[in-house]
Amino acid sequence: MSVRHALLALLSEGPKYGLQLRQEFESGTGEIWLLNIGQVYTTLQRLERDGLIESDEPEREGPQNGFRITESGSAELSAWLSTPPDMTSPPRDELVIKVLSALRVPGVDVHDVIQIHRRYLVELMQQWTRLKEDEADFDLQFALVVDAELFRLDAIVRWLDTADGRLKRAALEPHAQPAMPRLARRLVVRR
Amino acid sequence: MSFLELRRVSKSYGEGATEVHALADIDLSVDRGSLVAVMGPSGSGKSTLLTIAGSLEKPTSGEVLIDGAALQTMSHNDKARLRRRTIGYVFQDFNLLAGLTAVENVSLPLELDGVQARKAHVAGMSALEELGLADRATHYPDELSGGERQRVAIARAVVGERHLLLADEPSGALDSTNGEAVMRMILAACKQGVAAVVVTHDAQLASWADRVVFLRDGRVIDQTVPPPSPESLLEPGPEPSKR
Repeated sequence: MSVRHALLALLSEGPKYGLQLRQEFESGTGEIWLLNIGQVYTTLQRLERDGLIESDEPEREGPQNGFRITESGSAELSAWLSTPPDMTSPPRDELVIKVLSALRVPGVDVHDVIQIHRRYLVELMQQWTRLKEDEADFDLQFALVVDAELFRLDAIVRWLDTADGRLKRAALEPHAQPAMPRLARRLVVRR
Repeated sequence: MSFLELRRVSKSYGEGATEVHALADIDLSVDRGSLVAVMGPSGSGKSTLLTIAGSLEKPTSGEVLIDGAALQTMSHNDKARLRRRTIGYVFQDFNLLAGLTAVENVSLPLELDGVQARKAHVAGMSALEELGLADRATHYPDELSGGERQRVAIARAVVGERHLLLADEPSGALDSTNGEAVMRMILAACKQGVAAVVVTHDAQLASWADRVVFLRDGRVIDQTVPPPSPESLLEPGPEPSKR
């Protein structure tokens, strides 16, 4: 999450004060991401130093100082919006490592380990869904944030379900497993 | 008090070497007003559990009680009446009758139960209205979208004085927005006091439930504990800017 770019996005609508930026940032994320005002001012100072925004009174600090986006700020914002975040590196997810490790530990049933994590994720999803039930209809930003979280958790549950099924089939046909492809092996080694 | 209760319910098919245990020692209770999701992969016994809970199939052993009455001691007619009056079913493929309009599909269970056609129609219309389908009442199933068909199926399942709603993958092949709408409707029925069981492999659907029961190879292996207040999710974490 880039606070820097989120502030640039808010300033792209027009000049704003620091306090106003904090308030709009928080309401714009469905109040799921809270910022302290110190963090807002530190980020604004850096944006100003980098020439991405300008302030009304460069010498003055505090709530009465307004900020506006510069041309290079707009260019930076536009480049950020259209640049996909880096998701190319092989996953080093701790949960994946736990499941892989469970396969090696004597006396541990990997399916039990998977279920512990599945239950935890579904319980988290229940909590997020409660929020949706109560409030999301009334706040578009909030609904988008909650959906993003639910889909992220759901993807992990699906991976656990798939792993569960794959391990079960592998146990039934221990000799039918193909050798691990070389690329995959290298990815594992690189971790 | 539990409206639906399964006590040590087992179900097997075949005999001897070919015997398959679809369900083993299932204990499950669902209170009025609560929504329970049963989650498990294909072949885990989810659908069998639902058909047994709905009296469509008999368990090999164990007991099923609906509103305190044991199904195994009921006559065939009593069970049929229970299915018409008390239990609403929602199936993955909707199971609407193609030759009947939306409102006729919805009011059919009441008419079968001997309710006057005119009264059944009024009740059917009001169920459709609640689900925002009043203007589609005279359309036939093949004139409705997938989401509308499923809403008609839900209206049919809750029409009249049903107290138990049983749904098998109720979002079927619907997209996630329509799937969410289906779960909101089921939840709304629960808020009116209906006890509901939804079986699904989909964690997003299951997460609408008050309790999620996990089924594997015909056994309940785990269930969620009641979640704490969702407000805890909104407390600032250690480094919220990294989220």
